[in-house]
Amino acid sequence: MSNLTLKPTKPWKRTPKQQLLIAVNLLVAAAISFVIVLVTPMKGKLAYLLLFFISTIIVNFAENYFKSGIAPAKDSIATSFVTAGLIIAVVPIFSILFTIFERGRAGLNFNLFSHDMKSNGPNDPLGQGGLLHALVGSGIMVGIALLISLPIGILTAIYLTEIKGIFSRPIKFLVQAMSGVPSIVAGLFILSAVVFPITKSSSGLMGGLALSILMIPTIARTSEEVLLLIPSDLREAGVALGGTQWRTISLIVVPAAKSGLITAIILGLARVAGETAPLILVSGGGDAVNPNPFHSPMGSLPFYIWKGFTFGTTESIARSWAGIFVLLSIIFILFIAARTLSGSEEKK
Amino acid sequence: METKPITSSLSDVANATKARKQPGSGALGVGLEARGIHAWFGDKLVLRDISLDFWYGTVTALIGPSGCGKSTFIRTLNRMHEFIPGAAMAGEVLLNGQDIYEQGTDVTKIRLKVGMVFQKPNPFPSMTIADNVLAGLKLAQLKTENKDDLLEECLERAGLWNEVKDRLSAYGGSLSGGQQQRLCIARSLAVRPEVLLMDEPCSALDPGSTLRIEETIQHLSSSMTIIIVTHNMQQAARVSDYTGFFLSDGGPGELVEVGPTSEIFSWPKDIRTENYVTGRFG
Ligand SMILES: Nc1ncnc2c1ncn2[C@@H]1O[C@H](COP(=O)(O)OP(=O)(O)O)[C@@H](O)[C@H]1O
Ligand SMILES: [Mg+2]
Repeated sequence: MSNLTLKPTKPWKRTPKQQLLIAVNLLVAAAISFVIVLVTPMKGKLAYLLLFFISTIIVNFAENYFKSGIAPAKDSIATSFVTAGLIIAVVPIFSILFTIFERGRAGLNFNLFSHDMKSNGPNDPLGQGGLLHALVGSGIMVGIALLISLPIGILTAIYLTEIKGIFSRPIKFLVQAMSGVPSIVAGLFILSAVVFPITKSSSGLMGGLALSILMIPTIARTSEEVLLLIPSDLREAGVALGGTQWRTISLIVVPAAKSGLITAIILGLARVAGETAPLILVSGGGDAVNPNPFHSPMGSLPFYIWKGFTFGTTESIARSWAGIFVLLSIIFILFIAARTLSGSEEKK
Repeated sequence: METKPITSSLSDVANATKARKQPGSGALGVGLEARGIHAWFGDKLVLRDISLDFWYGTVTALIGPSGCGKSTFIRTLNRMHEFIPGAAMAGEVLLNGQDIYEQGTDVTKIRLKVGMVFQKPNPFPSMTIADNVLAGLKLAQLKTENKDDLLEECLERAGLWNEVKDRLSAYGGSLSGGQQQRLCIARSLAVRPEVLLMDEPCSALDPGSTLRIEETIQHLSSSMTIIIVTHNMQQAARVSDYTGFFLSDGGPGELVEVGPTSEIFSWPKDIRTENYVTGRFG
């Protein structure tokens, strides 16, 4: 107010003139690559992209060299490569998302969430039937997996970071090894250890068990990392106030790590929500909503998708794409929830 | 015997701050006695044969260069030393005549009687200011008649009540560093310790906060035993009745000299103490 001539500036940001210069550089590079494609035998999109990349490097290098000297010029090469790497990494992701949305769109309708497939075949028109049974089945089986994995995973992490008992090393090794277990092995294990000898039939419970084998290491490892970030000062303060180790862990350490632990749980959920192979083996699939995890096969989203593709007609494949869209949306929402939770903690 | 104190400014402070308590004169109880404390980390002996008595109602400052074992020593006094993997110790620590390392001692009870304030303020991040103060009750499963009274009393004694009474449900982390440290002091007071150990409680704080905490210490000293590690000679002179000087010559730390603070800063008996308090080394 007192000094109207003083404007807030950001001297560390690029000026509009510099931004223009970057645009000019890109244009020049594009022009060069265009000319080269014209006059040489190199043809095609790939040639354009490669030539554009090379000429961008050269143009940027030249500009920086004449403006600021050799060091910034060399630096600009690294910047070009990093930018190109970023684009190479990001383009496929967006292309996948775009494809899924594009293909899945046809099969998306409200019936999906209110109907199952017990009175419809995969070949029926897209408006009929739905994936309610798959949604319910996935929900139940992932829920069972969570009920089993949450206590085991977090207690394992607490054992590794807080108790540090004599079994820490072997358990740590085991958890690491388990997180590398292919999902089909988890399915085969439940199949041979529980389904064949005991239950003799597939059910949602078996699916949940198989998923928990995959979920425990994810939750345990992420929780371990989260707990390791809690400063040992807090543990000492808790013990110095007359708390036993367990009370200190449950009243101080775990609450301090709460949002990180929730992130660990969400990552565990996202890890198993899309697992197909073990479910095909042990929970089978069904076309009707089956809310009972102890009896008869149970559908799931990955199974629904797999089944549609194997059936192979236009309608069934469109159903699968819609299923993929729903599944991916759920996983996406879980990841965003995890990010937001851990992000809000950092701000505190 | 010299006629002029070797560090006149410090000894003036030490003499002027308060009437010195004579050994035993301020004693309201038996207090805390360390007998022949040795401490190891792994194979490395870091403390040799420390014997020190702390009277109830007095403040004892422990001074000495970094790494001479002051922290290790005070952590043996509330059995926090054993928290570090590979730690070992020898000797006795008598609290009201009872060895706290005796087999079958309930270590959580010891830590309730011998509280601790750490170098870095460490309020519990998941708790409000009020919950932080009362955390010890929950941790140790203690009952109290009136939580609000206890809360106010502890914050008052820690010199923080006026600053936080309107925002008791804010998170502890929202306070300034100095306020956080006083919150930690209030937290230790809530379980009514007989002894309070403070390991460089002001080393991370600004001068203003340091002064407030020194006032707090003065205030508390009449009703408990306080042992404070400090690097600040002025602080030792201002707040303590007795001062112990620790030194390590590369090997284990030893207690070079202990005595009334005014004597340590005016006529130290040992030349090494004299060199240290006059700033000639360390
Ligand atoms: N956790 C530990 N593990 C191994 N050695 C330690 C540990 N903590 C302290 N020490 C060693 O013990 C000695 C005394 O340390 P400390 O008591 O922290 O000294 P001071 O508090 O006087 O600076 C130092 O030599 C230090 O390196
Ligand atoms: Mg120290």
